[in-house]
Parts: sequence; structure tokens; C-alpha cells
Amino acid sequence: MEKLYGKDLAIMATKARLLAVSAVHNASSGHPGGSMSCMDALTTLYFNELNIDPANPTWEDRDRFVLSKGHCAPALYSVLALRGFYPQEKVMELRSIKSHMSGHPDMRHVPGVDMSTGSLGQGLSAAVGMALAAKTTGKTYRTYAICGDGEIAEGQIWEAAMAAAKWKLDNLCAFVDVNGLQIDGRTADVMPSEPLDKKFEAFNWHVIKIDGHDYDAILNALKEARETKGQPTMIILCTTKGKGISFMEGQAGWHGKAPNDEQYAQAKAELEARLNELEGK
Amino acid sequence: MAGKIATRAAYGEALVELAEKYPKLVVLDADLANATMTKGFAAAYPDRFFDCGIAECNMTGIAAGMSTCGLKPFTDTFAIFASGRAYEQVRNSIAYPHLNVTVVGSHGGVSVGEDGATHQCTEDFALMREIPGMLVCCPCDGNEMKLAVEALLNYEGPAYLRLARPATEIITDEIEGYKFELGKAATLADGKDVAIIATGIMVPIAMQAREILAADGISARVIDMHTIKPLDNETVLKAAKDCGAIVTSEEHSVIGGLGGAVCELLSEQNPVPVVRHGVNDDFGRSGTANAVMEYYGLTAEVLADKARKAISLKK
Repeated sequence: MEKLYGKDLAIMATKARLLAVSAVHNASSGHPGGSMSCMDALTTLYFNELNIDPANPTWEDRDRFVLSKGHCAPALYSVLALRGFYPQEKVMELRSIKSHMSGHPDMRHVPGVDMSTGSLGQGLSAAVGMALAAKTTGKTYRTYAICGDGEIAEGQIWEAAMAAAKWKLDNLCAFVDVNGLQIDGRTADVMPSEPLDKKFEAFNWHVIKIDGHDYDAILNALKEARETKGQPTMIILCTTKGKGISFMEGQAGWHGKAPNDEQYAQAKAELEARLNELEGK
Repeated sequence: MAGKIATRAAYGEALVELAEKYPKLVVLDADLANATMTKGFAAAYPDRFFDCGIAECNMTGIAAGMSTCGLKPFTDTFAIFASGRAYEQVRNSIAYPHLNVTVVGSHGGVSVGEDGATHQCTEDFALMREIPGMLVCCPCDGNEMKLAVEALLNYEGPAYLRLARPATEIITDEIEGYKFELGKAATLADGKDVAIIATGIMVPIAMQAREILAADGISARVIDMHTIKPLDNETVLKAAKDCGAIVTSEEHSVIGGLGGAVCELLSEQNPVPVVRHGVNDDFGRSGTANAVMEYYGLTAEVLADKARKAISLKK
């Protein structure tokens, strides 16, 4: 696959947003807010950064990805479908009893999912294990993970952060999707996490803080992470929850709620208009 | 062999002895390598040993991640932390994706002794047994422990292995026809009046109870149920049929462990009397290992009394 940049990444991310919100609407359940906020980073990873082969999802030398904020499965399922791991129709099976497209990613049944996640705080430890396994076995693959800013209230995240620095896991690059909102409201009110950059620096990570919707910034940060030796990298993504769907943007209420038919029609129209605009139609 | 060795010590020896033969084995500990006896492996194979510090949840998650990349991790800490503190990590990060990790709980039961209730675990069988697809194993002596470690190295899937702290008698090496197979109980002595189904360090104690009962003319079968899950249904059902009364014995709560597993099976398939010998819904306490075992009635004499009670309940 040819790597995507700039506008082509924006087009792909918009398609992924449309697929994800369609799946959530179809399931009448799911987590659209955080799926939209991490979609640009996720799209950039899968369409530019990760060394993977959709025809061979368990290829042992592939780069690994862990969605530590597993409730954003609609985003991951959509990007994996668009990347060719399975047909797009499969994404519409989200949360159905007839399917294995569970509410949270299940590595045993969804091609391309490298780790089952959903219980917050656990994914980063698994990513540390994958990176540590590479160091132990002399493999050169890299490991990536995305955490949520609400998720990092879990103590296990900081246990994992200490361990990644101890073993100098420069083959590990994690993100925190700082959309500033969680189920009960503003992260700053529920459990303040800032200053996140200083915290991870104090844990001996290399920290890069960027606009999480700026593809060039994401690509530059990923390059910097690859060039950073002797320590893991944390990319802090400043994002907007619900990004790309006007009525969801910046609203905690859209953390784990499906749009009704009317709302879905509006979301679809907005994303299609954006797609047309990007494609110059 | 004969003599005494703690199952944790035999475990530590087995890791070192098997490391070359099983190159995918990696060992993780949480700042207890001197107690869990992984220190020998750590010294011999430093590149395959990972001290995760006092962070059992993270250790469990790291092991999960490593196993997805083809390694065979054994995680080591005390049973209370392995099965209690990190319970949900074992469930969601290891067992739900059915990963190939052996979670090792050292210092199981109350024979931990002096450290007292916070460090004694009498709930681990119940906690681990409840998790779908989890294998639960508790070898009875040093000989069996070494065989169990190698069997687990050849096993694919999530497993829990319990070790004990005190040195205990090695008995299985002198039993004629003894062989070890995960999920298949070893009948160590035959008998017809009652069957004692024991696990872990209660197995040598069950052999002593058998002698006490023999002096009264009671013939007791002793079954070493080293694998609590999957339970060897066939051997339990045969014991129920042949003996008509069962005693279970474990260094664990009488709720949810081996006794629970045996009762669940027999109540549905052949409801003979079952008397459960273990810790009676209580926390542990400090004392020497022997004193604590005696305090909770985890002795051959009490077990023999339980056997008599089971026989008295026969119709």
C-alpha cells in the first residue's frame, strides 16, 4: 500500500468517521465521542506508519497496535476495514449478538486486532509486554498504543509508564487522546490529569504535545518517536471529542450514546459534505 | 528421592532445569524473587527474567503482551496478589483472549505462617476456577511440582499454578505407578470406605490421615487432585461409586475451591455425602506455619475425623 499524507489522510479519516458513526447508529449503542477524537491519529497510524499486512494479520514481524481505550472499537473496526483486513459491511455488525464485532475489541475474532482491550488501564501494559518481547527476541517491529485522558486515572497506566522507561523501550510509542471529557464530565473536574506532559517527562518518557487533528504534526511526531533512542515516546494529542460531527463536538454526553435517526442523518450529511469538499466534488 | 522440600523451591529449580529446553520461557516477578524462588532463574538467565517491581497488575498485563508475541511467560508473586490484586487483569488481559500465560501464586494458603492474614490466600482456587478456560493446578510435593512445571510449559492457554511456602514431605516419588498428567488425578492409595480427595500440601497430610483411619479398621482411598480445573470428573465419580463417601481437603476456604468443585459435580451426578476439610470462611492469622495449620484444623487428626463423619452420613 502506498502511504497516505495530508489530504488523502483527511479523506480516509472522514470515511472512517462515517463508517464508525453508521455502525454506532445501526447498533443503537457504542462510543462515538472518543472514536471521533482519536480517528485522525488512528488513520495516520494505519495508512502511513504501521508496517502491517492485511492479508497476513498475524505476521510475526508486524508492528503492533493496542487500543488501550478499547471502547473506541468503532474507530478501530472502521480503520481496519478500510485498510483491508475485512469488508466494510462487517463493521456494521458492531455489538450484534450474531457477530464477534464486540463492543470492545476481541483479538481472537477480529482480524488485525492485536490485543483484547476494554477494561481501562490494561492496554498500555500489554503494549509494554509486546515491546519488551521484541527487545528480548531481537525483533525490530514497533509497538503503538492509544490511551484516553480519562483512562490514565487508572494506576496501572503509571505502573506501565515506569516499566517502559526502566527497560528503555524506544520501540514503544503511545498516545494520550486528550479530548478533555469523560463520562461524568470534564476530565479537569472528574480527576484532573494535567500537566500530562510534565508527568510523563517525570516518568522518563520522551513527550511530544501536538494538535491531534493535524496530520503533518502526527507524522512529524511519529518520526521523532522513531528517532528517539533509549526511552519510550508519549505523544499527547490535543483533540476535540466528537470531532467532525458538529453536534457531538465538545459534548461529554456523546461519550457513549448512539445518535437517533435524525441525528445520524445530520452526522452523515456533514461527513459526506466534508468528503465531497476534500475530494473536490 | 524422599526428604523434604517446599514446592516453591522445587518450582524455582524446575525453571532453571527447563530453561534451555524451553527457550520461549520468560519469567516475571514483582519484587519477590527471593521468596517465590525465581532468583535462581534470574541469576542464570538474566535476559529472560523481568522484575516488574511491586506492580502486580502491570506485570500481569506485560505477560499478556509478551505471550501475544510468542513467548511463554510465567508471572510470579504471592497467591493473594496474583489471584486477588491482579484478578481482573488475569481475567480480561490473559484469560478472555485465552493467552498462553502461567500465573504463579506462591505462598498459597495459611502455611505462609508469620506474615498473617494479609499475605495468606485461601480464596485463589475459587477466584481462578471461576474464570472461563482457566486451568488451576496445585501440586502436592516437590516431585510433582517439577512435573507440573514441565507439563505447563507444554500447555497452551491460561493457567494458574499454586506453590506453598513450607518444606513438606516428598511422597509421589515412592508411589508405584504414579504418573503426572494435567487434568488427571493421581490415586496414591486405594481404599473402599471413604475417599479423601486432597490437593497441594494437604495430600501428604491425607496419607497420614489414612494411617490413622487404618488403625481403626477404616479403609481410605487417597486421591491427589493436583488439577482443580478441569476437574477429573471420572476419578471423582468412581470414588463416589466405590467408596460412597468423600472428604475433600485443601489449604483453602471450604467455599469455592476443591470442595466446591467436587460438590458441584456430585450433587448433579451422584449425591453421596461430601465433607469439606479446609478453612471455614475465615481469614488467616500469624503464627508459625505449623501453629497456624493446627489452629485451622488442617491436620491429619482433624481430617481423619472428617472422614469418619463422611462415613457416618452414608445412607
